[in-house]
Amino acid sequence: MAEKIQFELNGKRVEVEVEKNQTLLWLLRTRFNLTGTKYGCGLGYCGSCTVLMDDDPVRSCGIYLEDIGGSKIVTIEGLEKNGELHPVQKAFVENDALQCGFCTPGMIMNAVGLLQKNPEPSRQEIIDGMEDNLCRCGAHTRIIDAIESASKMMKGVPQP
Amino acid sequence: MKAEEINKLYFSDIKSPPVQVNRREFLKRLGGGIIIVFSLSELAFLTKNPEDDLPDFNAYLRVKEDGRVDCFSGKIEMGQGANTSLSQVLADELEVNIDQVDIIMGDTELCPYDAGTWGSMTTRFHDPLIRAAAAEARLVLFELASEKLEIPVVQLVAEGGKVFAKSDKSKSVSYAELTKGKKIVKSVSEKPELKKPDAFKVIGKSHLRRDAVQKVTGKAVYTADIRLPGMLYARIARPPAHGAKLAAADISAAEAINGVKVLKDTDFIVALHASPEIAEQAVGAIKTDWEVPPSKANNETIFKHILATAKDSKVIHEGGNTETGKSESELVFEEEYHDGYKAHASIETHTATSVFEQGKLTMWVSSQTPFGTREEVAKVLGLAKEKVHLKQIFLGGGFGGKIYNQQAVECARIAKMIEGTPVQLMWNRKEEFMYDMFRPAAVIKVNSGVNKDGIIKFWDFNTYCAGGRGTELFYGIPNHKTTTYDGKDVHPFGTGAWRAPGNSTNTFARESQIEIMAHKIGMDPLEFRLKNMNNERAVNSLKLAANKIGWSAKKLPKGTGRGIAVGIDAGTLVTVIVEVNVDSTTGTIKVKRAVVGQDMGQVVNPEGVIIQAEGCVNMGLGYTLSEDIEFDWGEVKSNNFGNYKIPKFSMIPEVIETELADAMDKPPQGGGEPAIICMGAAVANAVFDACGARVFRLPITPERVLQALNK
Repeated sequence: MAEKIQFELNGKRVEVEVEKNQTLLWLLRTRFNLTGTKYGCGLGYCGSCTVLMDDDPVRSCGIYLEDIGGSKIVTIEGLEKNGELHPVQKAFVENDALQCGFCTPGMIMNAVGLLQKNPEPSRQEIIDGMEDNLCRCGAHTRIIDAIESASKMMKGVPQP
Repeated sequence: MKAEEINKLYFSDIKSPPVQVNRREFLKRLGGGIIIVFSLSELAFLTKNPEDDLPDFNAYLRVKEDGRVDCFSGKIEMGQGANTSLSQVLADELEVNIDQVDIIMGDTELCPYDAGTWGSMTTRFHDPLIRAAAAEARLVLFELASEKLEIPVVQLVAEGGKVFAKSDKSKSVSYAELTKGKKIVKSVSEKPELKKPDAFKVIGKSHLRRDAVQKVTGKAVYTADIRLPGMLYARIARPPAHGAKLAAADISAAEAINGVKVLKDTDFIVALHASPEIAEQAVGAIKTDWEVPPSKANNETIFKHILATAKDSKVIHEGGNTETGKSESELVFEEEYHDGYKAHASIETHTATSVFEQGKLTMWVSSQTPFGTREEVAKVLGLAKEKVHLKQIFLGGGFGGKIYNQQAVECARIAKMIEGTPVQLMWNRKEEFMYDMFRPAAVIKVNSGVNKDGIIKFWDFNTYCAGGRGTELFYGIPNHKTTTYDGKDVHPFGTGAWRAPGNSTNTFARESQIEIMAHKIGMDPLEFRLKNMNNERAVNSLKLAANKIGWSAKKLPKGTGRGIAVGIDAGTLVTVIVEVNVDSTTGTIKVKRAVVGQDMGQVVNPEGVIIQAEGCVNMGLGYTLSEDIEFDWGEVKSNNFGNYKIPKFSMIPEVIETELADAMDKPPQGGGEPAIICMGAAVANAVFDACGARVFRLPITPERVLQALNK
């Protein structure tokens, strides 16, 4: 059954007609062409589809559309402000914290969510917070470094 | 090229890349500028085709009329950083800023033929030729500048895309001015004058990835990100197991879903819809019955099955007489090592997007072999290969798994069946596990012996299903023999090249055996290796790593251990030493630190190399500690990351350090694969050092550690 839902997507109010049992992942990828959010496993194991929902990192492959009405969704495409990279994005570039780049949007969104809750995480807290985001190229070491340096960059800077 | 042919090359490491064909037609399509063509078919320089005035070539660069430089290469970018390192090499030799260089990769109409991106070949074979071509282009530019400025070539110098008079920098002309209105095509001359290593400005300096900003903003386009008007998403009805035959199918319920189109061509049944989720729902509504063949082995019994069926043997290295060596040995060792199937498990699954219009198929494919895929697709569809066009695209990981492109053939078949309508096929994770061409399960039997002075007297290495890659000996053993065994129908499903194919398994067996011998005769494993090595570059790599970690023969506290493994891959000699903690009550292993020592010749992008080494350590911990395909013959039971455990953040070492040998004057060797081959053995040896458990089977799970302890 088609149903109309309203929510905020990357700072803009949107209204779409959706079917039940559809997930946020595919709505983003097909209806809004926000293809930075990736399919990796479809069951929430890999984190490639991570977006922020009301400031919390969530697996968009497991979020059903009937549950997003009224919420605020931010995807990787919504992180830049006035053409400036978000500090986490900047830190990923500067730390060479990516290889194939496929897990990168999910890693970054998860890290942004992590830093919002805990602006100065210890190395162990970063590992724990990123644990369920998978990277196959083995860029983990530099991803941890990048999140540490983003945390430093963000000190005193207003949070997104 | 067929998968078997690729495997033959790949499992044996590649001495020379496959040859391609003439590209006359190709040049006609190019615009103006200075075009230098070059071939990867020879490690040295071009050989002319006698039938033609043009040489064969499979890459070229062009200094365009606006002064920018294009380099067209049939290679692809899958995260290894080739785009960046190729740009560096070109910028340095041609004296342009790296931002002036555009690398176009893997488009089958724009780029000349290339056999595929694998075997750590890009830097080994591509870079020297790109440098040669760039040097050639620079020479042409100097000649043009000499005419224009009326200054002899020898008095000219180039920098930042301009040619200057050495004595007076105000006399200059830009590459753009020189190339305007010209079309000069040249091949690389036999001895282009290359820069000396001490003159490098960009080569040998670390450079950030050129594609990073695209990748951190979500703008990098992968195959599944292509959106075409009216595009449908396809899902395919799959059997429960490899080898299953379709007995019956009822598609009526799927067809009844609004907007769903079902295609059926014998056992190829496809559901299509504008929404991928409805297509998924529709394929679930197709009722199918499959006849599944009886099981011959599972993940526990496979090793016995391999020994019983892999009967085609081939002696690949031999010297002296192993029987004589055995009689001269004080101690003789006979061991057997096992390794299960491993998945590539790229985070991007196999994907293709295509449209068939006016007799021509246009495709984007997550492929490491765009040209091979084009040929395969053309053959299946009965099209001339010129009627299939694969376009440049980013890959979300490859590791050898995307040499094989069943999804491209499937997507192309669908595209042809719905002519004019674009279609996208992205395998789901379950399909990715089902149709992956796994790293083969393997058995290795090693018989060896040492005399009382710690000299290895004989080495009899028998590798079943792991191929010969990495088995070249860098220990000077007078009596040795290496035999590979394989056979048809050994494996229940497809197997193939997995990052340094077979080498991780071979290295696990060899380097475990080395330490078993060292311990038995009471010699420090570092000393034992140095005593027996006869390869200077192996010694270099070992010393680099040992010095870095501060190796000493003194035992570490109980529960902590260090292990060494040395290996050879893609021309590179590599050592990994790890430090682990083992909890001997639970058998759990934590790798605390890893040190990589690598002798790999000239290093183009040191940071890029270090990143690849780190990637090898981190990825390699998966096959070492947790990854194993669970199966019952053709039924692949591992179907997602919940039951196939790839490395997570908590698994990776706190510290990874990489030391590179200083060899800038030597040819560059492979860097994307070497360190991974050492991980299994280094950890196995460290676990033994920590708690005395010798594990002969990968992955080294807590249960296997406990079993070994209880022996």
